[in-house]
Amino acid sequence: MTVLNRKKRKPQDRDIVFPIVNGLILCVLMFVTLFPVINTVAISFNDGIDAVRGGIGLWPRVFSVEAYKSLLSDKLTYNAFGISVARTVITTVLNLFFTSMLAFALSRKEYIFRKFITLAVVLTMYVNAGLIPNFLLIHRTLKLSKTFWVYIIPTMFSCFNMIVIRTYIIGLPEALAESARIDGANDLRIFWQIIFPLCTPVLATVALFVAVGSWNQWFDTQLYCGSKKYLHTLQYLLKMKLATSMNTTNMANTSVDALANAGATKSTPVTVRCAITVVSALPILLVYPFLQRYFVTGMVLGGVKG
Amino acid sequence: MMNGAVQKSVIPPPSTKKSIWKKLWDQKYLMLMSIPVLLYVMLFNYYPLWGWRYAFQNLDLTTIKKGADWIGLGNFQWLFNEKLFWLGFRNTLAMSLINLVFGTTASILLAILLNEVRSRAFKRTVQTVTYLPHFLSMVIVVGMAQNMFITDGPINRMLMSIGLIDSPVWWLGEGKYFWWLVGIINVWKEVGWNSIIYISTMTSIDPTLYEAAAIDGAGRFQRILNVTLPGIKATFVVLLIMNIGHLMEAGFEIQYLLGNKQVYDFSQTLDVFVLEFGIQNNKYGRAIAAGMFKSVVGIILLFGANFVAKKMDEETLL
Repeated sequence: MTVLNRKKRKPQDRDIVFPIVNGLILCVLMFVTLFPVINTVAISFNDGIDAVRGGIGLWPRVFSVEAYKSLLSDKLTYNAFGISVARTVITTVLNLFFTSMLAFALSRKEYIFRKFITLAVVLTMYVNAGLIPNFLLIHRTLKLSKTFWVYIIPTMFSCFNMIVIRTYIIGLPEALAESARIDGANDLRIFWQIIFPLCTPVLATVALFVAVGSWNQWFDTQLYCGSKKYLHTLQYLLKMKLATSMNTTNMANTSVDALANAGATKSTPVTVRCAITVVSALPILLVYPFLQRYFVTGMVLGGVKG
Repeated sequence: MMNGAVQKSVIPPPSTKKSIWKKLWDQKYLMLMSIPVLLYVMLFNYYPLWGWRYAFQNLDLTTIKKGADWIGLGNFQWLFNEKLFWLGFRNTLAMSLINLVFGTTASILLAILLNEVRSRAFKRTVQTVTYLPHFLSMVIVVGMAQNMFITDGPINRMLMSIGLIDSPVWWLGEGKYFWWLVGIINVWKEVGWNSIIYISTMTSIDPTLYEAAAIDGAGRFQRILNVTLPGIKATFVVLLIMNIGHLMEAGFEIQYLLGNKQVYDFSQTLDVFVLEFGIQNNKYGRAIAAGMFKSVVGIILLFGANFVAKKMDEETLL
């Protein structure tokens, strides 16, 4: 406060100092956000044994692609990549289809069951039966364990996204649907040919949410498909690598000499884990900057009150 | 045709009845679009609630085939005498509160700083960068955290070089750090994303309010204090109610992935408890009882927070 008071004599000073300090703080924040990401990329391109010594910053110290070589020589990596892509694409398409369909139906004010279905669906955001009842349903009742469909069927609809899309549809001019109705179009046609194409921005947002959620999922693999190697996803491979490195690195520092003696391999668990991290984060890093302008509007539409 | 019109005017009751059926028929496509999804929600969201009955049965892997017996509140009695359950309860609450306080403060601060940035390009860059971690999976984030906090990792090196610590700290292996580590990682991951809603609220504040404040001689900090903060109050309260409703959900992934034997007393949350007893030990009844306790407490907290907000004449959620 005293500093501020002293500066009152030259008011224009304050308006130069604050933006600079503010900009500096935000730059530090960006650095803190990006450092772990770049560091992981740097470690993944570093020589394995050298990486165990630690102290790698933003650039590899001893450049090597051995970690990627060992990763890409393993058939399971390709398989996991394929499973991850397949589950992401199929889930996104189906989820978008069902979610937007319900959003359209619940956006029609004349629809008789609108209130009832909206309430039934929104309530699920607050009431959740929990892990075990869901597990029993999927594992015992529906017997989806150890099948690919366990990745798809339980995630075909999401309530939050439905509200986001519905809010967007309600914001569209009513006259569009009305004129089509007068021309004799039924609700299916109105949805597919008029509303659905108009929803592209919000659908892009929702597609991003769903795709990222599906791509990043690892727990369903562990719960239902842990014993089926050919159903493992990239995230689950990474999770298994993380679990082993959690145990080994946490006990004490892995002995560099022991590794060097064992040493024909130039990739170590650390570098391989970082390489999988890079591979599994890459699709998101590539796609996300282009979709940014969409998802911010989507978030605001979904609002807090829904 | 004419006959029908006359009938309609003479006897209204059957005609309105008919119109309901006609209305239903007219809306057949809307029903076609919504009822299958409703059935899906019934199966995947409501049917599992029926599984809560197992909380009152001695259900496990052996009894599940031939049918479990009703044992009243036996599972809950066991639960409330179980030390690990209360440990999980404490850790869940502690980490939730840390997340709530630090997460909310950090995202409001970031929103205020971004709101003061004049250059659109710079603002955009900061936003793009800070939203990024939200899209990374928790497995990736925990892996990166491990790289950062490992004994000879960058955090220890930095702290030693500026002289805050003399020797490396074992961040990942000592329980007393675990809650704060989780808090830091969560803030790192979500601060940008959570600031979106505050930024959008701030941009909707009437600019004349700022001008009026400036004319009255308010400096930048006074404008933030007296215009910006009151402007986001409603959003803040609604989000607070929602977060209080989620206090029992401290998350599961981060504790499960980052936790290890050394820090178990501080990393084990209610969700991890449910997983260990339910899936790994197949004590379904007991685990469902724990999950049910969690859900019910969550709902009570949500309604309680909403009630208090209403009493205080604030914006409410429900």
